[in-house]
Amino acid sequence: MGGSTQDNPRLAGAEQPLIGPGHSYGSVTDKISAIVLTQPTPKGWYLGFAISFGLVMTLMAAITWLLLQGVGIWGINIPVGWGFAIINFVWWIGIGHAGTLISAILLLLRQRWRTSINRFAEAMTIFAVACAGIFPLLHMGRPWLFYWLLPYPDTMGAWPQFRSPLVWDVFAVSTYATVSLLFWFVGMIPDLATLRDRARHRALKIIYGVLAMGWRGSAVHWHRYEMASLLLAGLATPLVVSVHTVVSFDFAVAIVPGWHTTIFPPYFVAGAIYSGFAMVMTLAIPIRAFYKLEDFITLRHLENMAKIMLATGLIVGYGYMMETFMAFYSGHSLDRFMILNRMTGPYAVVFWLLILCNIVIPQSLWFRRVRTSVPALFVVALVVNVGMWLERFVIVVTSLHRDFVPSSWGMYYPTRWDIATFVGTIGLFLTMFYLFIRFLPMISIFEMRGLVGESAERG
Amino acid sequence: MNAMQSITKKRPLYGLIAEFDNPDDLLAAAHHAHAEGYRRMDAFTPLPVEGLAEAVGFERTRLPLLVLIGGLCGCVGGFLLQYYPSVIDYPLNIGGKPLNSWPAFVPVTFELTILAAALTTVFGMLAMNGLPTPYHPVFNAPRFELASRNRFYLCIKARDSKFHLEKTRAFMQGLKAREVSEVEA
Repeated sequence: MGGSTQDNPRLAGAEQPLIGPGHSYGSVTDKISAIVLTQPTPKGWYLGFAISFGLVMTLMAAITWLLLQGVGIWGINIPVGWGFAIINFVWWIGIGHAGTLISAILLLLRQRWRTSINRFAEAMTIFAVACAGIFPLLHMGRPWLFYWLLPYPDTMGAWPQFRSPLVWDVFAVSTYATVSLLFWFVGMIPDLATLRDRARHRALKIIYGVLAMGWRGSAVHWHRYEMASLLLAGLATPLVVSVHTVVSFDFAVAIVPGWHTTIFPPYFVAGAIYSGFAMVMTLAIPIRAFYKLEDFITLRHLENMAKIMLATGLIVGYGYMMETFMAFYSGHSLDRFMILNRMTGPYAVVFWLLILCNIVIPQSLWFRRVRTSVPALFVVALVVNVGMWLERFVIVVTSLHRDFVPSSWGMYYPTRWDIATFVGTIGLFLTMFYLFIRFLPMISIFEMRGLVGESAERG
Repeated sequence: MNAMQSITKKRPLYGLIAEFDNPDDLLAAAHHAHAEGYRRMDAFTPLPVEGLAEAVGFERTRLPLLVLIGGLCGCVGGFLLQYYPSVIDYPLNIGGKPLNSWPAFVPVTFELTILAAALTTVFGMLAMNGLPTPYHPVFNAPRFELASRNRFYLCIKARDSKFHLEKTRAFMQGLKAREVSEVEA
């Protein structure tokens, strides 16, 4: 009943309500907390969790074998020293960016529609950054010495090289992980208090009570809390832009043709948000169907996300265009060769698939019929996820495999261990997500109460 | 129950708490109580209510100033963290660049500014709010678990100089409250 009025495609975007009719402070509280506290765990949850957890075991096996044998089990070689590890790192960290965009930038822009999707988008950020972090660590070859990257007065008298983007990356990614985790946790404190107050089992009361830290909803506390949320949003906004900028510096500061270009930072940030929104959509659509949350994650939310995907996708398209244009306009023979090799060389299929996934298919989002059709949006989101992964493959592999001297050219093929590690991190991501939707409130309850209050005041 | 009885109780009184159905009634009540001369009071709500902190007599928070200081410390510290090894302790000539090649130090300086400011925001907010608080008297109020669901509470504390159990109770009962009850400390 509620769902059908929500998903009415004849209403124009802004006329669609952000929350289904007939909700009160109590009903939103009960509906969201029931998923964690009282509702029986659906069978599908166990099935999905089992599959994801199986993939985590694959990851464990792949990492164990890697530690025993060394990075030689991967397909990396000279000239392609970066391979899957860096492709996956950039892909995962990019996915995280949509979570911060939704929670921070849309908060500052007072976009109220972010309310029902910000919590799990932030969770997605943290899990994606966790998956991303695994790859550069493993790629180092001796991951147990990772702390050599940190600045501390060691017995060898050596320090990290602060002029290197790889060291900047350590600071950018660890700051990003820390701030995202803080933002997520602070956002959850009032909801953890709700779970504490509504839990009937004593152990649950204690666990949620400890996590809620004695939150009691005092007006003075709320005042500082809201100030802290605004400040965190203001800090996270430049942070999220800086993180993918620094990631792009890993490429752009090098002199390899195809990497050494000034368009990389903005085009990487746009690509990150593009892939992140695709992932939010990929997660939101099944969740809202599975847990009957159409009242909270309405068609208007999906349509807005589709519009952001379309806009950032066009920026990414502009990036591709400029890369090609500059390769010819620069008059640099190696740059020109690089772009022609991308389009017609041994990896041409990957390049054209990327154009199909990232540029051609998403143009369907111009049509309202596509933007208001849930299955179509799901398909487009999956296609963009694939496309953005292919983009990183093209950037890493086609630039490295044929650089300056033809005698040093080579080919790169991933091995089964590359694939096992990548699929394993998808399993890790989904496992953490399954645990999150089972044990924590996946929608911000107190912010949903705010939406109820607003719609009541409007009459 | 009269004043004598409540004094002879074993547990001292923390204050009186009134329960409301919606934020508007609570906000009006808080304004009313403030106008009546009550200063030591607090309100408890399941969602932030605009103007409520001011209505219960809260002036302003110094959190932004604290965050600015935290951010500046992160900024200066972050730069020195790179300056000291690169120029003093472990000088290396990299491509003929000056030892203090400050443009290359900007990303890490920036990240550490954000990190320090964010840590200050979170831990500053928690410290100013006195969290974690394992025990607080208002949790003794009847049905207070609804303060995180759909009820709104105004508490006038017993240590307010104008507090008088019967008079304050009578005042609070006149405020559209569902119920007024005593809170043990």
